[in-house]
Amino acid sequence: MALIDLKNIYKTYHVGELDVPVLKGVSLSVERGELVALMGASGSGKSTLMNILGCLDHPTSGEYWLERHDVSRLSSDERALLRNHKIGFVFQNFNLLPRTSALDNVMLPLSYALEALSDREVHNRATELLNRFDLGDRVHHEPSQLSGGEQQRVAIARALINQPALLLADEPTGNLDSHTSEEVLRMFQHLNQEEHLTIIIVTHDPAVARHARRTVGISDGVIIDGASMPGGPQPGYLSEAPLAAGVTS
Amino acid sequence: MKVYRIIKTAMRALRRNPMRAMLTTLGIIIGVSAVIVMMEIGKGSSAAIQRTIASMGANNLLIHPGTAASGGVSFGAGSAMTLTPQDCDAILRECPAVSNAAPEVQARTQVVYGNRNWVPMQINGTTPAYLEVRDWTNLDMGEMFSDLDVRNASKVCVLGQTLVRELFSGEFPVGRELRINNVSFRVLGVLSAKGANMMGRDQDDIILAPWTTIKYRVTGTSLTNVNQSSASSGTSSPVNTLSKLYPNEKLILYPEPSAIQAANTPLPVRFTNVDHILVSAESTVAIPLAIKQITQLLRERHRTLPHQPDDFNIRDMTEMTKTLASTSVLMTNLLLSVALISLLVGGVGIMNIMLVSVTERTREIGLRMSVGARARDILRQFLVEAVALCLAGGAIGIVVGCGCSYLVTLILQWPTQTSLPAILASVIVSASVGIIFGFYPAWKASKLDPIEALRYE
Repeated sequence: MALIDLKNIYKTYHVGELDVPVLKGVSLSVERGELVALMGASGSGKSTLMNILGCLDHPTSGEYWLERHDVSRLSSDERALLRNHKIGFVFQNFNLLPRTSALDNVMLPLSYALEALSDREVHNRATELLNRFDLGDRVHHEPSQLSGGEQQRVAIARALINQPALLLADEPTGNLDSHTSEEVLRMFQHLNQEEHLTIIIVTHDPAVARHARRTVGISDGVIIDGASMPGGPQPGYLSEAPLAAGVTS
Repeated sequence: MKVYRIIKTAMRALRRNPMRAMLTTLGIIIGVSAVIVMMEIGKGSSAAIQRTIASMGANNLLIHPGTAASGGVSFGAGSAMTLTPQDCDAILRECPAVSNAAPEVQARTQVVYGNRNWVPMQINGTTPAYLEVRDWTNLDMGEMFSDLDVRNASKVCVLGQTLVRELFSGEFPVGRELRINNVSFRVLGVLSAKGANMMGRDQDDIILAPWTTIKYRVTGTSLTNVNQSSASSGTSSPVNTLSKLYPNEKLILYPEPSAIQAANTPLPVRFTNVDHILVSAESTVAIPLAIKQITQLLRERHRTLPHQPDDFNIRDMTEMTKTLASTSVLMTNLLLSVALISLLVGGVGIMNIMLVSVTERTREIGLRMSVGARARDILRQFLVEAVALCLAGGAIGIVVGCGCSYLVTLILQWPTQTSLPAILASVIVSASVGIIFGFYPAWKASKLDPIEALRYE
């Protein structure tokens, strides 16, 4: 069974008397271990789709299955729990807590985890992750003392601390220069390849999307291509070559 | 989420903005210390007021003997001769609610010094305890007579200010001799000025002397001799032998009975009686208890049967005690309401800052929600922050408040009294202020939509 299975998702916002349909019947499945780029121009509904994928929002109609959980039927508390241990978020503007050390930022999700870990374990796990991302000497630095690339690496470490099944990156390179962007994207590829982590990168930049094996195009609330894996699931694969054939945005 | 981790998170959040946290706490610090200072000054000054009113006699009880009646003729209050000096001693010894007791024997006669004379309002025969009962112990000059003087019926006295003015006019009174009813008395001391009592009666117009002296040397008989019935029997009364030492101007209308006649017609033994017993209770609140104890004791001592009425009356200063109680209640309430208003203002300050904080940290809230914080986690975090601010403010406020009231005592010499209930109340109030005023901002934070919050600029 696929990790993510979206079936005919509709999302309509109500602005006053007006109904604004944003997603108009999106169906999408993502296998475990895929690196998917979700591409679309602004206003195409990709942010809304990401919010639904990230369990921050629930669809107006349709079904969303995440690892055998029917997310569209969960209460907001249950969705919070699901976010905590199934999904890691990486944001465009990093969203680190200001005036808080990198270590404390990384440990943040663990304080909401259901199973209580000991302080020592929490600390060890966070330090280990930071070391892995070459941030061992930045553990006690505050975000304002870190470069953009370092901040994004701290954010990725935070996303991974609960060993999630899915990493959702929302324009992860939007605030970074091209060199650091490349670094971060290579990191995603590495994580995907080495640890079979499922990653969805939301972007409007074809250059970013080229790093993914599969690109899902969304326009005006419907998926225009890449809705399912061509040639069936091949978990754990990685390709340096851009595979975004047929994507025009 | 573990409790200590919630507290740690809240502390970390507060430490991110220490200046603001401090200023917010300041409101509560001022509020709590105001409550404590007000309560302590209030308590101190109401204790001082109570002492002042008590010195006017609010704690005092006056025990009158009962009423004598003969053949349908009542002789009015105090005419029965039932109170003895031993009653007085027993009251002091056996009633725990009584702090002091003094007998009183009264006379009204002329006082002569040199070429001046005066009839004082009160010539009181009593014991040294009288001054303690009346809260009058600091004398202007000289000293009070002693218990030995009472035992010896010494001819010594202590004067009130009015008498000094009327009789001595500038002369130093201590050590002089004056005459009361032709008996010479040495002045031992002068009482401090007490002024008029509540009825406008001059309390300084007084001579104090040992009650034995007044009873045996000055009046020769008790006040009850104004009654014709007692007066008629007075001639045959062997009340005192001392009075025979001095010329008694009483007319002897009938021949003295001989010893044989006296033996043939035995008269009931007359014991020495006093006119009143003045008692001071331990405190104003102990008055009803003291009355109960005295009543029980005197009924026992006087062998009063259960169906018989008391042969004495006890009066308390109800009017004064009522004033006292209402004064202290009024003062405490007034001060408390002022202090509570300042706490309320502090609480509004907390709410204000917490609301600003929620707005400012919208992104943080969104992030926390996206990494798995439930609405109740956010609510708890902000509530704990507010309560932590209030409790910290409360703790510092207690220290500041106690320090302030200490300084007030030190510098302004105002009386203060440490009040544990005030400290407890301010801790409870500051915690509840935190919960009440922290709840709305925390609730607002928990109701944020994570998507909106994350996008908030």
